[in-house]
Amino acid sequence: MKITVNGNGLEIQDEVKHIKGLIDFLELEDKPLIIEHNQQILQKEEHEKAVLENGDKVEIVHFVGGG
Amino acid sequence: MLKVGNYQFKSRLFLGTGKYPDFDIQKQAVDKSGTEVLTFSVRRMNIYDPSLPNFLEKIDVDRYTFLPNTAGAKDAKEAVRIAKLAAASGRCDMVKVEIIGCNKTLLPDPVETLKATEELVAEGFTVLPYTSDDVVLAKKLEEAGAHAVMPGASPIGSGQGIINPLNLSFIIEQSSVPVIVDAGIGSPADTAYAMELGADGVLLNTAVSGADNPVKMAEAMKYAVEAGRLGYEAGRIPKKDYAVASSPEEGISVGN
Repeated sequence: MKITVNGNGLEIQDEVKHIKGLIDFLELEDKPLIIEHNQQILQKEEHEKAVLENGDKVEIVHFVGGG
Repeated sequence: MLKVGNYQFKSRLFLGTGKYPDFDIQKQAVDKSGTEVLTFSVRRMNIYDPSLPNFLEKIDVDRYTFLPNTAGAKDAKEAVRIAKLAAASGRCDMVKVEIIGCNKTLLPDPVETLKATEELVAEGFTVLPYTSDDVVLAKKLEEAGAHAVMPGASPIGSGQGIINPLNLSFIIEQSSVPVIVDAGIGSPADTAYAMELGADGVLLNTAVSGADNPVKMAEAMKYAVEAGRLGYEAGRIPKKDYAVASSPEEGISVGN
């Protein structure tokens, strides 16, 4: 299926079924990150419940230096 | 002790985490500053290069209270979204509302800042809005429930120091929530001056990260905050037009 991650199109295999699967697929499982799925901000425990569908929009953000 | 909402801090210096030469210097600077509060921004992750290091991996995150900013937001709606994203990290419920209204001066949008403050207070955040040194706006932010107000000393990153000490004094005098001078600080003298005016704290970034020696400057800022605060508590002498001798005028043995 095709989804949009941080504004860019991304083709993922069908076995990636939910947000947690996407994080693992992108090898980001050890990173402190925050996910917005179709404009819904997720708590960490929701990552496994958030089912991915074709056309979904995902934002993956984190803390960076700032004042 | 500085109290902001339900938080208490021994250090009155809040330190930004942007634009340090490298993570090691940043870590040392943070240590030397004695700060307990670090500011951050929220940005998209580079998902195609997960090996890129993040400063958070270098520091003991449990030692610090996180103060994410909403930099990048152009209106209240975006600021609220960024604050909620930051809160979803599970690391913080404090937020620095930063809504830039002018790209050249980076001065804040007062209307959207007030709106975002109202909304975030209603959502249960501990809200610290970055504002201009507008006295009336600072009062309105406090009335909207802001847990501290953070007037700028001068434009962000300019290093111009305190260009309107009178307005800052008015804000400090009227405010019943902490006043943290944020933005424009260039040197330890500026920091001490802000504290001597009665500010409850200072938030700075570029003054340290952009210094020739950020680690040394971080330490200097720590002492400047402490010296300025002590000076404020001690109560300075009034300024006079003419000299007043500090040595006794009686019993001079020279002359007749």
